[in-house]
Amino acid sequence: MPATQQETATQWPHRHLLGLAGCNAAEVSLILETAKEFRAVLERPIRRVPTLRGITICNLFFEPSTRTRLSFELAEKRLSADIVNFSSKGSSVSKGESLLDTARNIEAMKVDMVVVRHRSPGVPHFLGRSTRAQIINAGDGQHEHPTQALLDLFTLYEHHRDLRGLRIAIVGDIVHSRVARSNILGLRMLGAHVTVCGPPTLLPHRADALGVRVTHRLDEALEGCDVVMALRMQLERQNLSLIPSIREYHALYGIRPDHLRRNVDMLVMHPGPVNRGVELASEVVDHERSIILDQVTNGVAVRMAVLYLLATAEQRGW
Amino acid sequence: MCTGPHPDLFVKARLMDEDDLERTLQRMARQIVELMDPDDQSGRQFALVGMQTRGVHLAQRLKTIIGDVDDVDLALGVLDVTMYRDDVRQRLRQRVVRATRIPFDVTGRHLVLIDDVVYTGRTVRAAMDALMDIGRPASIRLLTLVDRGLRELPIRADFIGRTVPTIAGEEIRVRLSECDSQEGVWLVERRAVTPTP
Repeated sequence: MPATQQETATQWPHRHLLGLAGCNAAEVSLILETAKEFRAVLERPIRRVPTLRGITICNLFFEPSTRTRLSFELAEKRLSADIVNFSSKGSSVSKGESLLDTARNIEAMKVDMVVVRHRSPGVPHFLGRSTRAQIINAGDGQHEHPTQALLDLFTLYEHHRDLRGLRIAIVGDIVHSRVARSNILGLRMLGAHVTVCGPPTLLPHRADALGVRVTHRLDEALEGCDVVMALRMQLERQNLSLIPSIREYHALYGIRPDHLRRNVDMLVMHPGPVNRGVELASEVVDHERSIILDQVTNGVAVRMAVLYLLATAEQRGW
Repeated sequence: MCTGPHPDLFVKARLMDEDDLERTLQRMARQIVELMDPDDQSGRQFALVGMQTRGVHLAQRLKTIIGDVDDVDLALGVLDVTMYRDDVRQRLRQRVVRATRIPFDVTGRHLVLIDDVVYTGRTVRAAMDALMDIGRPASIRLLTLVDRGLRELPIRADFIGRTVPTIAGEEIRVRLSECDSQEGVWLVERRAVTPTP
């Protein structure tokens, strides 16, 4: 993979990774450059390095997650860290413990880093202020999901030398999507042109304030587009009456084989898990220009890079 | 990253100039070739592994010399040991993870590990662990331009350009034209930095 065309930082300056909002392009490039080498580790016969031996990481998932939690767990194991897992189901949270008390208890167990997912925005920030552990945001409400955006950027660099001027369409439920928010921040930072597309009920009121082009017509979004990122349709939000029906959504905003035929170089991405026949037609998921499984593999490498950079960051008396 | 000499470094001696460096590499290239099995004309059982950053350039130069003199095209790998270091969490400056590219099967090969300076031996230990994770080499030998002593681990270099006994506080600076503005080897001492008013 070619080097990123951006200037790259040589030191990771932050204690936490709470979102891409607090990072600049040079820091994002440092993560992506570092991830390249961890990606190479994943191709070796022994896919494990001793880098984070002796470091304890807690995966604190207050919201159900399979892919992100597994990806973080694998990344941690491949770096030889010690892991404790905590999910809200059947834990002290369901017994009424407050977030701060949970955090203090985890801290008392001498955990170095906490990977946290929560349905409320700002929980990672709160933990960062109230504990001594280093925090990685694995998704907070509708706010940010920085490692997903980073793995998307990494996957884009595998296919395009330079993201400057690259045209990306993000299609679907933008307003509820932390993946979209983090991706818009990251893509704009690295110079890509972003178009968001979806039904008016699923777009933020002032999406143009994010520095993106807004359209409600899928054909317009995909015209001349290099990569389309389809977002997961949250079927559990159906009873909010934001769209008339799943069938109508697929008819208007689902990516279908004819879209790939008309845009001959366009790649398809999706943060997963995919609803086949909703945001993507089944043939599109399995198409040779679908790079969804590359995203999954790269997720482990990118998370290894983030864990490495945070764990070894210069101690500044934080 | 390669940089020029540090302004706070006091130069105590120039240990090698361009010609010394060239002669030393020629000699070490001969030693590597002598080690090779005479039946293995193509050198397929052998490989050079340069350690980031200057070890890589030294390995490339040795490969070129052996290619020119003996008409043997040795395989060349690049190794970065950052992920295997025992001090990743203790250093003040964060280390940038550099490329590791081993474009051959290390299992069954005789490897010559190449670094510019051998000091405590901890980097070599990390390199051996890294190579073992990639495969099972037939042997690993260590080549260094300068052995400065002060080992903290039971590690010995097989091919040594120059042995220079040093004391703590002194440093060996190897500068190569591939990545630096100068060429040669210096013995320097780090002096306390006087803060500029």
